[in-house]
Amino acid sequence: MNINLTLIGQVIAFFGFVWFCMKFVWPPIIAAMQEREKKIADGLAAADRASHDLELAQEKALERLKEAKHEAAGIVDSANKRASQIVEEAKTAALTEAERVKTAARSEIEQETNRAREALRAQVAALSLAGAEKVLGATIDQDAHADLVNKLAAEL
Amino acid sequence: MAGENQTVSEYIVHHLTNLTYGKLPAGYERYDGSIVGDGGAWVMAHGGAEAAAMGFTAIHVDSMAWSIGLGILFSWLFYRVAKKASSDVPSGLTSAVEMIVQFVDNTVRDTFHGRNPLIAPLSLTIFVWIFLMNLMDLVPVDVVPELMMALGVEYHKIVPSTDPNITFGMAIGVLILILYYSIKVKGFGFARELAMNPFNHPLFIPVNLFMEIVGLLAKPFSLALRLFGNMYAGEMIFILIAALFSAGLAWMVPAGLLQIGWAIFHILVITLQAFIFMVLTIVYLSMAHEDH
Repeated sequence: MNINLTLIGQVIAFFGFVWFCMKFVWPPIIAAMQEREKKIADGLAAADRASHDLELAQEKALERLKEAKHEAAGIVDSANKRASQIVEEAKTAALTEAERVKTAARSEIEQETNRAREALRAQVAALSLAGAEKVLGATIDQDAHADLVNKLAAEL
Repeated sequence: MAGENQTVSEYIVHHLTNLTYGKLPAGYERYDGSIVGDGGAWVMAHGGAEAAAMGFTAIHVDSMAWSIGLGILFSWLFYRVAKKASSDVPSGLTSAVEMIVQFVDNTVRDTFHGRNPLIAPLSLTIFVWIFLMNLMDLVPVDVVPELMMALGVEYHKIVPSTDPNITFGMAIGVLILILYYSIKVKGFGFARELAMNPFNHPLFIPVNLFMEIVGLLAKPFSLALRLFGNMYAGEMIFILIAALFSAGLAWMVPAGLLQIGWAIFHILVITLQAFIFMVLTIVYLSMAHEDH
């Protein structure tokens, strides 16, 4: 247990090993550890961001879905409306057409009636003229008595 | 175990003697009766008396070899990890080394406020190196000495931290760093700190100087003595328990159990001593960096 040159040897060895550690051991290890720490932190942040993004996307999708449903409902609604409108329009058109056809038929009937009545009147005039001719026994001047006959026919 | 023709005290002394290589003074009578010639002689010391006669011009070959060997083991082990250090998933040795580095780094961050790229690697070196030197204490006390004896080497002490030269050597290294950083950071302020504390009056300068220098030297002194004392006492107890084996077969079992018990307790001591040396070094250097 003597103090001797070992003391100085140990001092030199001490600085040698500390120098070696400082130069070649500590920096790479601590750098690698810090890099890994950063990597892990980045990874965690990315995972966080991703989950947040997912949440956002889900929300957006839900919103979009709701919108689409709403739109579809609107479309169905308007289609229904349009259909009933078309039906209504068709009904109106049909009614008008029917009315028109009815009116036309009626006017035709009237015309026919008038025509028949006219013909009848003419025949009656002729008949009465013939009758009167027979009665009178004389030939009535058709032109002279046309006014009379026509008056008679109009009274019919 | 103690040899057949060896008393217990001889056995203990043998275990506590370093393998010393040094210069015997001229005219010294050696163990075999021969007289050292003029100019002295560089020889392996035979026994404690010759080692003592060598004085300062001697070197403890075993302490030095184990200390440097363990330092190289530490450097090699950590350098291997440092060389392939990457930010990928660590495994095996890398994880273990990184755990130690992380632990040291945290301790330094907690204690040392300031920026100095030396402190952390210094602390790591101190912690692991001292731990490895202390770990030698757990090798059964007779294994290496007996082995060396068979190889013809007379004395061998394998725990470098039970040699005060080693612990004081490291403490002097720390003292040099304390002085260097005190002067570098504080400049002239360091001299003022020594001269004007604790009594801030010109008349008290001698008293202050004396007290402050004693305080300054007490730091490495306490570092070295604490480590040395703990390890020396621990080794001593290992040797005493080992000496029990020579007391007869009946002592074998209790002595073995004692040996195991003390070794388990000692695991705590060696780690703690390495840690204390490291923390105090950081604290002292932190104080050296503080400018008032």
